[in-house]
Amino acid sequence: MSEADIAAGILWFGATAYALFGGADFGGGFWDLLAGDAATGERPRALIQRSLTPVWEANHVWLIFILVVLWTSFPKAFAAIMSTLYIPLALAAVGIVLRGAGFAFRKEIEGLAGRRAAGATFALSSVLTPFFMGAVVGAIATGGVPASGDGDPISSWVGPAPLFFGVVFVATGAYLAAVLLIGDAARSGAKDMERYFARRAIIASVGAGVAAAAGLVDLHANGRYVYDRLTSEALPLVILSALCGLAVLLLLIRIKHRWIRPLAGATAVSVIWGWGVAQFPYLLPTSLKINEAAAPDPTLTTVLVVFLAAAVIVLPSLALLYTLSQRDVVGEVDR
Amino acid sequence: MSISLGALPIAEASNLLAAREQMAFTLAFHIVLSCLGVAFPAIILIANYKGWRQNDSDAMELARRWSKVMAVTFAVGAVTGTVLSFEFGLLWPEFMKRFGSVIGVGFAIEGIFFFTEAIFLAIYIYGWKRLSPKAHFWTGVPLLITGLGGAFSIVAVNSWMNQPQGFTLDAAGKVTDTDPVKILLNPATGYEVPHMILAAYIVTGMLVASVYAVGMLKGRRDRHHRLGLLIPLTVALALAPVQFMVGDTAAREVADKQPAKFAGMECIHKTGRDQTEYLGGRCTSTGVKGGIGIPGLDSFLVGFSTNTKVTGLDAFPPKNRPPANTLLHLAFDFMVGVGSAFIALGAWVAFVWWRKRDIPRTVWFLRIISVCGVAAVLTLWAGWIVTEVGRQPWIVQGYMRTADAVTPANGIWYSLAIVLVLYTALGTTAILVLRRMARRWRERGPEVEQGTPYAPPVETVSGAR
Ligand code: HDD
Ligand code: HEM
Ligand code: HEM
Repeated sequence: MSEADIAAGILWFGATAYALFGGADFGGGFWDLLAGDAATGERPRALIQRSLTPVWEANHVWLIFILVVLWTSFPKAFAAIMSTLYIPLALAAVGIVLRGAGFAFRKEIEGLAGRRAAGATFALSSVLTPFFMGAVVGAIATGGVPASGDGDPISSWVGPAPLFFGVVFVATGAYLAAVLLIGDAARSGAKDMERYFARRAIIASVGAGVAAAAGLVDLHANGRYVYDRLTSEALPLVILSALCGLAVLLLLIRIKHRWIRPLAGATAVSVIWGWGVAQFPYLLPTSLKINEAAAPDPTLTTVLVVFLAAAVIVLPSLALLYTLSQRDVVGEVDR
Repeated sequence: MSISLGALPIAEASNLLAAREQMAFTLAFHIVLSCLGVAFPAIILIANYKGWRQNDSDAMELARRWSKVMAVTFAVGAVTGTVLSFEFGLLWPEFMKRFGSVIGVGFAIEGIFFFTEAIFLAIYIYGWKRLSPKAHFWTGVPLLITGLGGAFSIVAVNSWMNQPQGFTLDAAGKVTDTDPVKILLNPATGYEVPHMILAAYIVTGMLVASVYAVGMLKGRRDRHHRLGLLIPLTVALALAPVQFMVGDTAAREVADKQPAKFAGMECIHKTGRDQTEYLGGRCTSTGVKGGIGIPGLDSFLVGFSTNTKVTGLDAFPPKNRPPANTLLHLAFDFMVGVGSAFIALGAWVAFVWWRKRDIPRTVWFLRIISVCGVAAVLTLWAGWIVTEVGRQPWIVQGYMRTADAVTPANGIWYSLAIVLVLYTALGTTAILVLRRMARRWRERGPEVEQGTPYAPPVETVSGAR
């Protein structure tokens, strides 16, 4: 394994973490959007707000991590992606601004109208942002990004597979969020909220599954390299993901909520690594290989060293934050 | 949205201009919030420490409120910073393609600091209720380090753009080797990083102090306001003389290593000795018009002798000269002017304190402080204009022109328009939200009166010390 492969692994690690934690944050916004009018939606919204508040900024840093590792380790791929998919990427960036600001402002704004406006901004952008990110990933997987960059700004991502991947991203986030919120509801003793989010987790998991299958069908036609490897080398991971998904579904239906968090996480993780294996050794299938795009070795070593340092410093700190917030030691202060 | 634009010649021709404007605008917006991110924790912790160790409920209440302000500014800083990361690729893909592996070194290290900052800030901001005062204070301390480390790793990247080193290019201009240590510790890091960190503390201190000065002018002259003014103001004023010294070093380094930038800043057309230093004025093709000239001073400042030779713009072909020399010249003078004014202000406050053990109480003093926040931000921008516009036409001094770095994609004017609207809304809402918070606090009165902010009652707290 070359140093470039390790850097690609680090990139995938970041993508996994962002999909899990950032994805769940987006999903929280998704359920916020669908929670109904101010009166009916009050309790689920409060629960979402409480679980998101202390952690969303830290979760969001994974996105920065992905961008930085990508441009540092594979500058050519970064430039190619950015110069081709600038429309969905710019829209995702706008979504990030609206989402973060909407969320941060919502709790400080007084008066229903203002809160509604901020809340709607937050919720709507929580859906659009992951959708465009999914479209970007779909466009890469279907070979829409040429290695030299400046690919077609429209047809590269406006196609069935990228758009279905957009839906998969939204649905997966919604799924992870619902599963997370079941636990948070249980912790605060809100039985009805537990059921509320369990129902929604079921719907989201079915939605994600269907959209993924539809995306696969189009991949068969338009992303043959990735499709072929998904159904051969990466097949075990795909199967693992499906099994975990099914297990969660069964547990949800039988109202057993004990193992659903790790299992739901495993559903997402295995599919992301499945995608990675399917793309290998390409960064941009099928025009740019990992090795061809890689930065000089000293830079890659720096990325590796930084990653190890982060593992020592950041991961325990993150664990501390999650533990404290799960135990309600850190949480919203009354205003 | 961008395809239709391709037909318009204006869009083609001025893509570069739009990209520059967008980069400059989003950076200028972000940098103000970064200053708060770097320096606000220190000021909050001073108040927190005072509140904790001296049982000072006013100070504690300030720390508590400031931390809530920071929750808002940090969120805005995080999203605008993310936009910057996207923009590197969206606006300057050629730059990233060629030098991503070089500048990435700084940004990769930055990642660690961002993470730790976001994590401990969350624990600090949302930990007021349940953590013990001691534990809570200490969860804030890592933020001092992350602020410094974060500023170092990003500003080192900017320094590298000014004085690039630590990489090898092949014949095609591709980077084939990198030396991360040399990249980070380029010669400009030595002055840019400390200058920026000091600027962050000065800007934050002045911004916070000015808010309380306005309050005092409105007749709110309680101890709460006095402390709220005094703590941040002391920080800012104490650092102003240090900033002057670092800036002075920076100017000499720039004269030495980026002579075209320096000639632009000082509007020197002809290389020679005994150069006149002009304060203010317009920079025309025949020299400064309308400024105050001090013969020989410019040469003296560069080499401590009026006999020092200073390179003029005539030493560079027109295509290598920075544009907008009047802007550069005035921006530089403005920065030095405000920096010197802060030192004078510091001397006044120190004198009054020495005589009366108190801050000056006159209306004029408060009026001055109330504009210092805005003045500090304008100074910050002025400094960055000197650095960035002065580096033009280069994006990487001597290696890559900005024109060669820009994206060929059309429609940047559209994205600039969107950004302008979005950021205006963002900035306005942020300020409205902060004002609402302040009003709410005023109406409800200090929350401290209902007991300490920490969950354990006061008795257990003092036992724990
Ligand atoms: C509150 C802010 C502030 C204050 C009071 C000053 N500066 Fe400054 N200056 C900045 C904030 C700043 C900055 C943060 O905006 C810059 C832009 C890039 C940098 O490293 O710092 C800067 C850049 C900058 C540069 C350009 C460096 C380069 O291009 O690489 C010079 C020569 C000076 N400064 C000189 C001074 C002098 C002689 C000052 C005397 C008082 C001074 N500055 C006060
Ligand atoms: C081109 C330049 C820059 C880029 C690409 C950039 C990028 C970013 C990003 C992605 C974030 C969000 C991190 C998070 O989510 O926590 C951020 C926040 C931050 N940035 Fe920047 N930044 C730039 C310039 C600067 C400069 C010049 C400074 C300061 C000296 C700075 C200091 C900070 C700080 C302290 C934060 C923490 C958030 C806050 O307190 O507002 N950045 N930046
Ligand atoms: C440390 C972080 C920073 C980095 C890495 C950085 C990087 C860049 C880059 C890549 C460009 C575009 C290319 C070019 O015009 O040369 C640029 C332009 C510019 N930046 Fe910075 N910048 C930083 C901080 C800032 C800040 C804080 C400001 C605040 C005002 C600023 C002001 C500008 C301006 C005015 C331009 C346009 C220059 C022109 O085209 O005339 N920069 N910067």
